[in-house]
Amino acid sequence: MRFVFKTSYDADISLFKHRAQAVWYGLLLLLVLATPLYFVAIGDAYLLGEITGILILAIAGMGLMLLTGHTGLPSLGHATFMAFGCYLNINLLGAGVPWLIAFPLSGLIAGGLGTMIALPVLRLHGVYLALATLAMSMLTSDFVVIAEPWTGGIAGAAVPDINIFGMEINRYSTPYKFYYLVLFVAILIVWFYRNLLRTPTGRSFTAVRDSEISARAMGINLTRTKAMSFFLSATAAGLAGALFGHSAGYVTNETFDLVMSITLLLMIVIGGLGFIHGAFFGAIVVGIIPVAIANGRTFLSTTFDVNINVPGLESALFAFILICFILFEPMGLYGRWLKIRTYFELFPFYRKDMFKRQKSYLKTDRVQ
Amino acid sequence: MDFLQLIISGLANGCVYGLIALGFVLIYKATEAVNFAQGDFMMLGAFVCIGFTNHEYMGLNFWLAVPLSILVMGGLGYLFNWGILRHMFGQSQTSIVILTIAMGFIIRFIAGAVWSHEPTSLETPFAGQDIRSGGLVLGIDEVLIVVVTAFLTLVFFLFFSRTRIGLAMQAASQNQLAAYYMGIPVRRIHSLVWGLSGMVAAVAGILFASKGAIDPSTGLLGIKAFAAAAIGGFGSLPGALLGGLIIGLVEPLASRYGPPGVSQIAPYAILLLILIFRPGGIFSQTQRKKV
Repeated sequence: MRFVFKTSYDADISLFKHRAQAVWYGLLLLLVLATPLYFVAIGDAYLLGEITGILILAIAGMGLMLLTGHTGLPSLGHATFMAFGCYLNINLLGAGVPWLIAFPLSGLIAGGLGTMIALPVLRLHGVYLALATLAMSMLTSDFVVIAEPWTGGIAGAAVPDINIFGMEINRYSTPYKFYYLVLFVAILIVWFYRNLLRTPTGRSFTAVRDSEISARAMGINLTRTKAMSFFLSATAAGLAGALFGHSAGYVTNETFDLVMSITLLLMIVIGGLGFIHGAFFGAIVVGIIPVAIANGRTFLSTTFDVNINVPGLESALFAFILICFILFEPMGLYGRWLKIRTYFELFPFYRKDMFKRQKSYLKTDRVQ
Repeated sequence: MDFLQLIISGLANGCVYGLIALGFVLIYKATEAVNFAQGDFMMLGAFVCIGFTNHEYMGLNFWLAVPLSILVMGGLGYLFNWGILRHMFGQSQTSIVILTIAMGFIIRFIAGAVWSHEPTSLETPFAGQDIRSGGLVLGIDEVLIVVVTAFLTLVFFLFFSRTRIGLAMQAASQNQLAAYYMGIPVRRIHSLVWGLSGMVAAVAGILFASKGAIDPSTGLLGIKAFAAAAIGGFGSLPGALLGGLIIGLVEPLASRYGPPGVSQIAPYAILLLILIFRPGGIFSQTQRKKV
């Protein structure tokens, strides 16, 4: 068992709780930095592209995690913000803006647009907010078609390569550079996110999630806090959208559809709502399932001569896993890891109900 | 004449949306949960009836198959709550929303695996028959849809306002703890209302499939029905029907007289406008708490 004695205020707000934690995260950083070496050694960068895709999903997931996991506002429309980021990035790059300016700018504008859209619906909560964002998500593809001069409509738009001070980065021709770029953005956002959670703003997000009434009693401006959360969340989603565009190379009106929004939501639930780690765990699961299913199919057909070719199997399997998680492990993968860790940390003293959440009885939204 | 014809087919479509929305509202009114899989329940109900009726499956008499499939769907709704949702009791609404979305994916997969992804339509005794009067052509299926929907809305409206069990459902929704104190078996009430909404979904599905072909992705229609329910005011039964009618009417009119692309956007645009300017919907159920 470890006891952490805090002897100064600096210790209370430091990024890592204790030395061992810092060491572990340092090792993780080394691991992700060294991953491309393995692919250089085997000379095939296909899987590295998949890992990059997972990182991009995790960035979008962090955006949604801030909104849903930390502020308690469900959104079924985060693909819309990704679409904003992606198309803004394409257009800014097309207008001759250097990537280093176009990329953050597209994220920020996506955030601003997201906030503008969200402001009127922020008065709604729970189900109504989910519905409004769902409607937004359904409209995205139609608006992409309508805004054809900027988006290419149904025919789609090609995403230009990244150019940083003359260094060309492309997903296929320079996969290693692209990996490091995405990794850098992801780490930057994690660092920002981690710090945000320790600021008054971040704490007010959590307060709003846990109880709007108590938050208001503590002097938190609900609308401002929610709008702020929406802005940051949409910005992260916009950045992820821009990177997604670079990774896909070509985007059409069907790229950022409802399925993507729902996948993002499912992802953070599987990973663990309310933890930054959850976004990454969820992205890994979402990234691995299709690969695993494809491999499983090939395995079955080559060794047992069984051909399973049912359309929709992937999403059904995914949904099944999700239901199991919600029923048996509502805290997600990261919650499971926390439980295992606590078990060993407290070795003989772990009790079954340690992580049990207090049950709440629902009251209607309709009486305010 | 052309205009009237559009209105009538719009009304029939709107009634189907209204019926799906009725299923949502039933559940929302009694359990405060939103069933994002209601559209898929409807699709499943239609396929169950097709499975009983059509000659390539069981080939039963249509009038025997209808009550059978309604019963089956009612049972499935009850079982869904009993087997899965009951364990979610006391958890946040967000997780229930996500759970029902996931359930929708699974239902779509099962329907596709059992009844194939080909569009199928229900073999009804009144298929293709119509009533003609003064240049208007009314399909019997369309008339039937309107009549059944109006009847069901009225029945459920009376059920909620007049019967003891309807009142108990409303109480269970308003404050679960207080409802327990009053001796209301909240969990059983929940299962019951899920069963009821499964039955409504079956009726909606049968009506929809008798009007046109249905395939597993038809369940996505549920999203439009959501818009309908929210436009009418979540939690209001006549509101659900009205919202459904509005959407059903706007769609064909917008595609006939509006610029291209507007008809797909219109339902959601109306929904967003309503949510912004009248967040509770047309028949708002939101009340200020009186102290």
